[in-house]
Amino acid sequence: MNLSAIFGEALRALRQNRLRTGLTMLGMIIGVAAVVLMLSIGQGARTKINETIAAMGSNLLLVVPGATSSGGFSFGSGSVRTLTINDANAIAELSSVRSTAPVTSGTVQLNYTTKNWNTLITGTTPEYFDVGNWAMESGTAFTESEVRSAARVVVLGSITAKSLFGDEEPVGKTVRITNRPFLVVGVLMAKGQSLTGRDQDDNVFVPISTSERQITGNQFPGSIRYMLVQGASAEEMDLAEIEITQLLRQRHRIPNGKDNDFTVRNLTAIADVATDAAKVMSIVLGAIASVSLLVGGIGIMNIMLVSVTERTREIGIRMAIGANQRAILTQFLLEAMMICIMGGLIGLLIGIGGAWLVSQVADMLIVITLGMIGLAFLFSSAVGIFFGFYPAQKAASLKPVDALRYE
Amino acid sequence: MSSIQTTHSTQSLIQLEQLCKSYSLQDVHGQTITTQVLYHINLAIHQGEFVAIMGHSGSGKSTLMNILGCLDTPTSGSYWLSGKNVAALSSNELAQIRNRNIGFVFQGFNLLKRMTALDNVATPLLYAGISRSRSRKQALEFLRHTGLEDFAMHQPNQLSGGQQQRVAISRALINHPSLILADEPTGNLDSQTSNDIMQLFEKLNRDQGITIVLVTHEDDIAAYAKRLIHLKDGHVTIDKNNTGVTALHETF
Repeated sequence: MNLSAIFGEALRALRQNRLRTGLTMLGMIIGVAAVVLMLSIGQGARTKINETIAAMGSNLLLVVPGATSSGGFSFGSGSVRTLTINDANAIAELSSVRSTAPVTSGTVQLNYTTKNWNTLITGTTPEYFDVGNWAMESGTAFTESEVRSAARVVVLGSITAKSLFGDEEPVGKTVRITNRPFLVVGVLMAKGQSLTGRDQDDNVFVPISTSERQITGNQFPGSIRYMLVQGASAEEMDLAEIEITQLLRQRHRIPNGKDNDFTVRNLTAIADVATDAAKVMSIVLGAIASVSLLVGGIGIMNIMLVSVTERTREIGIRMAIGANQRAILTQFLLEAMMICIMGGLIGLLIGIGGAWLVSQVADMLIVITLGMIGLAFLFSSAVGIFFGFYPAQKAASLKPVDALRYE
Repeated sequence: MSSIQTTHSTQSLIQLEQLCKSYSLQDVHGQTITTQVLYHINLAIHQGEFVAIMGHSGSGKSTLMNILGCLDTPTSGSYWLSGKNVAALSSNELAQIRNRNIGFVFQGFNLLKRMTALDNVATPLLYAGISRSRSRKQALEFLRHTGLEDFAMHQPNQLSGGQQQRVAISRALINHPSLILADEPTGNLDSQTSNDIMQLFEKLNRDQGITIVLVTHEDDIAAYAKRLIHLKDGHVTIDKNNTGVTALHETF
């Protein structure tokens, strides 16, 4: 008997028992749908984290002042102003460092015509946009000479720009910051949330000199809130961390045995932790979903065993009219596989639909790849073969005379 | 040894030598009980014969039939079918013999449920590797011969007993077997239908030279056969020609 004929026989048998076939298939449908949904959620989370990390900039170190202690009393990091712009410039000279961006910050009120907006203001240097992987929506960043001359220029975050200007083009317009006119030179591309969940698009950037002298003022001139350091390469991040620490201890004249008055943090390491967490999450979700696929498979095996027993006489008749063991085996195996593959396809559609629904309702990023679809299909066929083989084998190994005599 | 083999192939379609069959069962105490059903059967059936195997229930006639049909294997002794030693054949070869060389007709018809008469008749062809469309065409031809063309798309439960048995006979014939094995083929039929079915067998035997081996316990059914073999408690007790009865039947 050729395969297409056996296929026809298997299809006929499945159609004869629609309800049973449907219910058995349901196990498969739920299993595959769960796997697809969970994988797509996991993949979505990973993609989201990867995007955030890419947006953050690569090979980043964060140097914050603080962690000082006075008379055995420790202060948290950032509690004192020990880092200066000069520190940042000195660090930029290190061979393991590509560039640095010192940062001061505060909160300001912005005005444009009748609108006003309260937001974060960041005073920094042009390197900041490069190190932090910021792209310009329009206009340009401010320049080195504008930093030196403490020019009244401002770069707007995308949300700030939208709030003040709406659909109007902000570049070339003048906004007022604490009642001083600033020329808008650029608008940043939206970046979304940071890894810590902070909105990165609602802020404005001015030259660090301008910020210190004209806006926030500074109790300790030249001191900064933190600095971003971009390492020369991913391999030299550890070296950069050591060199920065040595240089700063030297510059701050910290004797041996005393604690640092600054802290160096490797942001790449934080990103790695987040990536790993997402990976573990995908694996756990996938594993949980696989259990339902396994249960579906056992259901198929169960039904196929019942079916073989129920159809013992039919098997006997088929053997008497010339079916060999392979034909019987193939027929029952095909029945199991057809349940699995059809269930798998339906499950796949439901899984994709479910993923879409989740992305709409929960506002989550859901990623469905072709590989996942292939995996679901492969998995359901494998379940069919694995759980269908034993019942099919049982049917094929019946003795014709016993099968015929079976009531 | 090889000389014996050639003798077999030229002499007879079926040759049984010292054939024994016993069943082993475990009783409730886990002890094995062996029941012997057939004792040292020696039998030769030639191509073109019409044989009725008779006997009471428990005489072993059905067991003998199953062995002849390659559905069961003897415990000892040998069975030569068309010169081939059946014991030496693999399960695949046996399946092929059942498919090509033997046609079965059962008491309970044994048609496949929820399948049209046409597909029932066509199934042996499918197992012979013939395409579905060609099988169906051929099956329709066979149904036409047995006068069941109009019932081709009916399922077994929509057919009368006689019609079902005709479908079963068409199925048995479709691969042009040299041997038809019929196990109480009229057991579930009324006497008129029984006679129709038996006349069909008689015709097949006479016109096409198909060997027919029939199991029955009814004398008037056995009367159609040309040779009678009586089984009693697993032994052949009578093996005789049936010329007288056939003559009687022809006047009928």
